[in-house]
Amino acid sequence: MSDVKATAATDESGAPEPHPDTVVPPPASGAQFLQPGPGGEARGLLAETSEGVQELSRRSDTEPNELRREVGAVLRLPEGVAIDPSDIDIEQSDDETMIINMGPQHPSTHGVLRLMLELDGETVLRTKPVVGYLHTGMEKTGEELTYVQGSTNVTRMDYLSPLHNELVLSLAVEALLGVEMPPRSDWIRMLMVELNRVSSHLMWLATNGMDLGATSMMIYGFREREMVLAFFEKTTGLRMNHNFIRPGGTAADLPDGWEDDVTIICDTVMDRTGEYDELFTGQPLFRQRSEGVGTLSAEEALALSLTGPLLRSTGVPWDLRRSMPYLRYDEVDFDVIVGTYGDNFDRYSIRLNEVRESIRIIRQIVEKMPAGDYRVQDKKVTPPPRGRIDESMEALIHHFKVFTEGFKVPEGEVYVAIESPRGELGCYLVADGSPKAYRMHIRGPSFVNLQGLPVMMRGGLLADAVAVCSTIDPVMGEVDR
Amino acid sequence: MTAADPGTVTAAAAPPVSDSGGGSSRLPGRPQQDVVFPTRDQYVGVVRGYRDSGFEMCADLCGVDYLSHPGRRLPEGVAPERFEVVVNLLSLSQARRVRIRVQVPGSDAVVDSLFDVYPGTEAMEREAYDLFGIVFAGHPDMTRILMPEDWEGHPLRKDYGVGRVPVQFKGAPGPR
Repeated sequence: MSDVKATAATDESGAPEPHPDTVVPPPASGAQFLQPGPGGEARGLLAETSEGVQELSRRSDTEPNELRREVGAVLRLPEGVAIDPSDIDIEQSDDETMIINMGPQHPSTHGVLRLMLELDGETVLRTKPVVGYLHTGMEKTGEELTYVQGSTNVTRMDYLSPLHNELVLSLAVEALLGVEMPPRSDWIRMLMVELNRVSSHLMWLATNGMDLGATSMMIYGFREREMVLAFFEKTTGLRMNHNFIRPGGTAADLPDGWEDDVTIICDTVMDRTGEYDELFTGQPLFRQRSEGVGTLSAEEALALSLTGPLLRSTGVPWDLRRSMPYLRYDEVDFDVIVGTYGDNFDRYSIRLNEVRESIRIIRQIVEKMPAGDYRVQDKKVTPPPRGRIDESMEALIHHFKVFTEGFKVPEGEVYVAIESPRGELGCYLVADGSPKAYRMHIRGPSFVNLQGLPVMMRGGLLADAVAVCSTIDPVMGEVDR
Repeated sequence: MTAADPGTVTAAAAPPVSDSGGGSSRLPGRPQQDVVFPTRDQYVGVVRGYRDSGFEMCADLCGVDYLSHPGRRLPEGVAPERFEVVVNLLSLSQARRVRIRVQVPGSDAVVDSLFDVYPGTEAMEREAYDLFGIVFAGHPDMTRILMPEDWEGHPLRKDYGVGRVPVQFKGAPGPR
């Protein structure tokens, strides 16, 4: 309210532009309808909030090609599967449709995702996600940090599965270093990322329930996730943003009695997945809201580079843990869960059953955990143990050097990908021989998966838009980085 | 569109060299990745050839600015340029990856868009345009994606001044 007043006051003082520093975006085609009339105060506010041509334009201002792209008609698909461009009524006039804005402050957009929806009555015709509201330049920051510090940066990207981010960066650095990791470090990492997958999927079950109005699920999901986070806190010191998996191993060994803690988590969560089954799987209301909603075909998913539960829901059995194993995933037994119809219900059941599969993996890890080092005994990468610092000046200097200067990574470039709860999480790392990454690019699965949204939403109801958006499971910290 | 056989195309371009990461072969279970260096003219043809030979998905596309690291290792016959567009293709059927690195000169930072080959590169190309200023010719919606539309400069370029960014909402009216 006071904003408007202040702006209006500026206008009264006679200045034609409310603020000299504010750059009014060029009148982009299509953004005009957002331009209010001569009311100066509204224009001032618009200039500060408008994303200009990034926004969804009116039908009449959109090129036919762009229109077809927005509805997914240009996807390279076999005939019969693809949307026939002539099916799309691009002649539909603007008077019959309405563009509404959802987000970025909408509670159901899982962060600061902004959706612009074109509606015909209650039917969604076109959707455009507008992202970037959480962009903090983490890839740029990654170039300013040493490899030792790098994991503190990436862990903040996908804040629901921070350990996966740390893992992918560490694997990339280690691939460039060419160090061979001790077995125990691999198994500890696997234990942590699988627990993280459980907590991330539980969080998704909770929020997806909330999006559909099942508030009990919200409470249940958070309750179980809390157990996992409590174990993380005990092991890493923090509930989120752990900086636990680092290049060269992990920050610490597992705490005493970790087997008991993990077993209790496994038993409890496994038990409770049965309760979720009762709450959701067999419940007619939930099934009606999710079956056949937001469908996606395998061809569409592949063409749009969608990965993770989205791709598996269409029946493609692609899981990097199985297909391109990293760590010791080739030594554990688990199933890759696939769906059939590519709808919301498939994505729900995939995630629920992946919780069970992760628990199955965790139980095997508890059995197979080898003894040994939790980090590589390479003096160039690993700081000396705490005890040595008290008795040796050289160890103190060495420790100091590792954390101030960091270690040098030989020149090269590598792309490493792992299966995060959301899909393929990749890290493209370019090293120039210095202790800092020359270029650190993270391929965020949420960022790419959001491209599926217009295709999944098309022809659906506005009421389902929230649910469809939820089943993509976007984490905006990773989308915007 | 005649799809070129990837074998011949890569032979015409610089030969594929194995992953320059060095140590990756020693890590258990990580398959080797081939790296291909086509020229800008060959780029889309090479990618199309890979798509037709079973690389169903474009996993990743990003830009790199080599302004302050010009002496990087490149195979014979590849002239280093300021920018590189790096594309990671993924074959689900063969469980293989291939990486395609295209040199893009800084004075004329334009490459053809992969949108017609892999529609999934739409957001990734917008990101590379936004952060590096590399223009993808033929892209249906070449707008910024992460930065505000009126942002000046491309932040991931090496000559982009960190810490010298004008405060974005400096001129906005205060709360009172």
